[in-house]
Amino acid sequence: MERPVEPSRVVQVGVAIFFVALLAFPLAYKRYQRRNAAAHASASSSEILARYGFVLRESSRESGIHFTHQAPTLDPKLNHIMEQVASMGAAVSIVDFDRDGWADLYVVDSREGGHNALYRNLGNGKFEDVAAAVGLADVNQPGTGVSMGAVWGDYDNDGYEDVFLYKWGKPELFHNNAGKSFTRVTEEASLPPWVNANTAIWLDYDNDGKLDLFLGGYYPESIDLWHLKNTLIMPDSFEYAQNGGRKYLFHNLGGGRFEEVSRKMGIDSRRWSLAATAADLRGTGYPDIFVANDYGVSELYLNEGGKRFREAGKQAGIGFSPKSGMTASTGDVLNQGQFGVYVSNISEEGILVQGNNLWVPKAGSSGKDITYENMANALGVELGGWSFGAQFGDLNNDGFLDLYVTNGNVSLDKNRSYWYDYSKVAGGNRAIISDAANWPPLRGRSLGGYQHKRVWVNDGQGRFQEVAQLVGVTDVFDGRSVALGDFENSGVLDVLVANQRGPLLLYKDTVAPGRHWLELELEGTASNRSAIGAEARIFWDGRQQLQQVSGGSGFCSQNQRRLHFGLGRATAVDRVEIRWPSGRRQTLTAPKVDQILKVKEPS
Amino acid sequence: MIEQPPANTPAVPPSPPSLFARFFSPGNRYLAPLLITSILVAGQLRFGLLESFSRTSLAIATAIILELVLGRLVVRKWPHLASAYITGISVGILLRSPDFWPYALCSALAITSKYVIRWRGRHLWNPSNFSISAMLLLAPEYVATLSIQWGNDIWAMAIVWVLGAFIVWRVKRFHITLTYVLSFLALSAVRAAILGDPFLSEVAPLTGPMYQLFIFFMITDPRTTVRSVRGQCVVVFLVAVVEMILRLAGSVVAPFYALAIVGPIAMAIDLSRASRAVASPIKRSA
Repeated sequence: MERPVEPSRVVQVGVAIFFVALLAFPLAYKRYQRRNAAAHASASSSEILARYGFVLRESSRESGIHFTHQAPTLDPKLNHIMEQVASMGAAVSIVDFDRDGWADLYVVDSREGGHNALYRNLGNGKFEDVAAAVGLADVNQPGTGVSMGAVWGDYDNDGYEDVFLYKWGKPELFHNNAGKSFTRVTEEASLPPWVNANTAIWLDYDNDGKLDLFLGGYYPESIDLWHLKNTLIMPDSFEYAQNGGRKYLFHNLGGGRFEEVSRKMGIDSRRWSLAATAADLRGTGYPDIFVANDYGVSELYLNEGGKRFREAGKQAGIGFSPKSGMTASTGDVLNQGQFGVYVSNISEEGILVQGNNLWVPKAGSSGKDITYENMANALGVELGGWSFGAQFGDLNNDGFLDLYVTNGNVSLDKNRSYWYDYSKVAGGNRAIISDAANWPPLRGRSLGGYQHKRVWVNDGQGRFQEVAQLVGVTDVFDGRSVALGDFENSGVLDVLVANQRGPLLLYKDTVAPGRHWLELELEGTASNRSAIGAEARIFWDGRQQLQQVSGGSGFCSQNQRRLHFGLGRATAVDRVEIRWPSGRRQTLTAPKVDQILKVKEPS
Repeated sequence: MIEQPPANTPAVPPSPPSLFARFFSPGNRYLAPLLITSILVAGQLRFGLLESFSRTSLAIATAIILELVLGRLVVRKWPHLASAYITGISVGILLRSPDFWPYALCSALAITSKYVIRWRGRHLWNPSNFSISAMLLLAPEYVATLSIQWGNDIWAMAIVWVLGAFIVWRVKRFHITLTYVLSFLALSAVRAAILGDPFLSEVAPLTGPMYQLFIFFMITDPRTTVRSVRGQCVVVFLVAVVEMILRLAGSVVAPFYALAIVGPIAMAIDLSRASRAVASPIKRSA
C-alpha cells in the first residue's frame, strides 16, 4: 500500500495561512466598504451639493400635501396574512389636468370608502386637493373595489388629459371636462366589470392618433377579494406562476368607445403583472410593451407594425431568470440613443438575492433582432431591497439619467421578521403555496420592512453611485410608486413617492448652480394629442440623449409628460430631433437652454 | 472503493456486470458529476436555474484549479477532479450573489478546507457545506442560498426525486436520504404543533430544489459520513433535530448549518472510535 506523503511544514503552514486569509476576506471587504461609506457620509450638505450636484428635501406638508394611504381590508379568510396580501395600492401620477402650465398630482387610496386626492398645483409652491370638487375623490365605494393606480391620457384628443383608474375591482374611465370636472364614461368605453389590476398604460399601438390602453391583471379577474369562495388565490409558484390575472388591450375606436383586442393581437398571458411600460425599443416606429411580472419572468411584446404583438422575452434575453418584477422604467442610461429597461425585484441579505435588472441593448443589437443583457451589476444598480417603484431622471442636471428606487414591503413590528416563514412556504410546491390557508400567520411581523431607499447617481462613466442618505432621502416607509416632475417650472425634477399605509412624500430638488436644462412640452396633432410615444433626441456638447413621452411607467405611476433634459455646464444645444407617433419628424435647431419649450406637431 | 469478491467464489466465473450495472455502481466516480451536471443543464435550460453560467463556471474553475494546486503541493499527486467538480458545481447552484467574488471565494474555501481541517487523515466537513455555511455566516450582505424553484411542477419534482432516489439507492446511500426525509416529516409535525402554523407550511421546504440537492448530494457524501449504516441513520436524524432547533429560531438556512454542526462532530467521534478499535488489540497484546 502506498504511504501517504506528508507535506512539508512550510507547505502546511502556508496552506493554513491561505485558508485563514480566505475566511477573513469577507470581513475585510465589509470593513473596507463601511469605511468608504463613512468617509462619504461625513460631508456637509454644501459639500454634498457640490459633490453630487443636488440635494432633496421632503416638503409635502409645507406644500399643503397631507395624504396618507390606507390599505384595504379583504375577506376575513385572509386575516392571518392580511398586511402581506393587501400590500399594494399606494400610487401617484403627475398631470396638468387643467392645462394651466403647472404640474398637478393624483394620488389614490385603497381603503373601502377612502377618498383619492387630486392636488392642484397653485404655482406658488402650494397644492390644494380638488378631487371632491371635480368628481375624482369618492371612487372606492364598497362593492366597487379599491384604487390601485391611475394613468392620464387624452383619449379623445380634446386637449385635456382624461384619467383611467384601475383597481382591485371595477376599472373606471373619467372624461376631463376642460379641467373643470370629470365625467364617468366607463360604460360607454365598454370596460370589463372587474379586474384585479396593478398596472395600466396609455399607448397608441397602431399609431392611428387615438390612445389605446393596456391593462395588466394581478389576481385573476374572477376573484372578488372581499368575498372569497376559498383560499386558493395565491400564486401557484414563487417563480413560475401562471395563474394570475389576464391582460387587456383596449383599442380606441373613437367616440369614447373601446374594443378589447388582446388575444386578437397576440397578448395572452396569466402571469402576475405588476408593471408595464411601452416604448419603441427597436426603432420600428411602433411602441413595444414591456411587462414586469411578479412570481415569474418579464415579458416583451414586440409590436409588428401595429397589426399584432409577439411575445419575445426569451428571444430578447429578458425572459429567463424568473424574479419578482415590480417596476418597468425606460431610460437612455448610457446616452447611446437607446432605451434600457429597469425592473425591480427583491433582495434581502442572507435570504434572497434576486437583484434588480437593468436590461441594456447588447452592443450591435438593434431592430427586430434586439437582445438585452442585464447590466445592473456592472453599472452598480442591482441591490435595492424589497424594491417597488423606480424612475429614471436627471436629478442633478448633469446630462446623465439618474435612478430613484423605493424599497420596503411590510413594516410592522421592527424587531420581528416574517422572512423565515415567507421563505419556508414560498419554496414549496404549488399544492402548498397556492392555498393562502397554508401560509403561516403574519402575527404583526415585518417582511422586508423599514428599508432605506436608493438614489443612484449616474457618473457618466458607466457607473452609478448610491447617495440616498447623503442627498436627503432618509425615509423608511413602505415605498410603492415613484413619479418625477418639475413642480415649480424651474428646470429641476422633484420626486413624489406614494407609500403603502404611509404618507405621500414630495422630495423637492435643489440643483447646484451653473447647470443648464431644457424641457419639451409636446402636443400631437396628427398623433395623439398627449404625444404619448413621441421621441425626442437631443444633441449637445458632443453628446446625445433619447427620451420619450410615456403613458405610464414604474410601479403604478406616471411621470410628468413634459420631457426634462439636463445639460450640465453646456450653454447651448445643437439640435433636437423629434419623431412623432404619426411618423413625422421635426428638428429644432439650437433652441435656447433653460426654458420650457412648447412644441406642436407640424401639420 | 471497489468491493472484493466473496470467499466462496463459484467455479464458473460470473458474467461481467452489464454496462448499466457498472455505470450505476458505487465505484463509478463519474456518476454523481454526471447526474448533477444533467440536473444543472436541464434546470438552466428549462427554468433558468443558475444566477449565470459565468458565475457557475467561475466556481467550478476555481475549485478545479485549487484542487490541482493543493493536491500537487500538499499530497504531491495529481488528484482526481470529480470531487472538486462537484464542489464547484454545488457552489455554483446553491450560492446566490450578484457579485462574482463570492463564487470564487466559496469554492476556494471549500477546497482548501479539505486540506486544512483534517482529523486523523480525513477531512471532517463536506466541503461545499462548510464553505456555503461560512459564506452565509461571514458575508450575509453579499450572498444567499438557492432561491429559485424548479418549475414548482409536481412532475418536475417527481422526476428529480425518482432519479435522485434511484442514484442514491444504487450507490447504497438510500437509507440516509430516507431517514432524513422521515425525520423531517415527523419533526415538521412537532414544529407545527409548537408554532401553531399549518403542517404543510412546515413540510413545504422539503418540496423545493434546495432540499433536493441537500438530501441527494450533500448528506450522502461518502467522504464525510460515518462508516456504519446505523451510524449514518443516527447522524442524519440528529441533523434533522438540530435543523428543527435552528428552524424554531427562524434560521432560513437551517439545513446547511445543521449539517455543518453535526457532520464534523459525528466524523470526529467515528474516526476516534475507529482509531481505538485498531489500537485496542495491540494494547491487549502488550
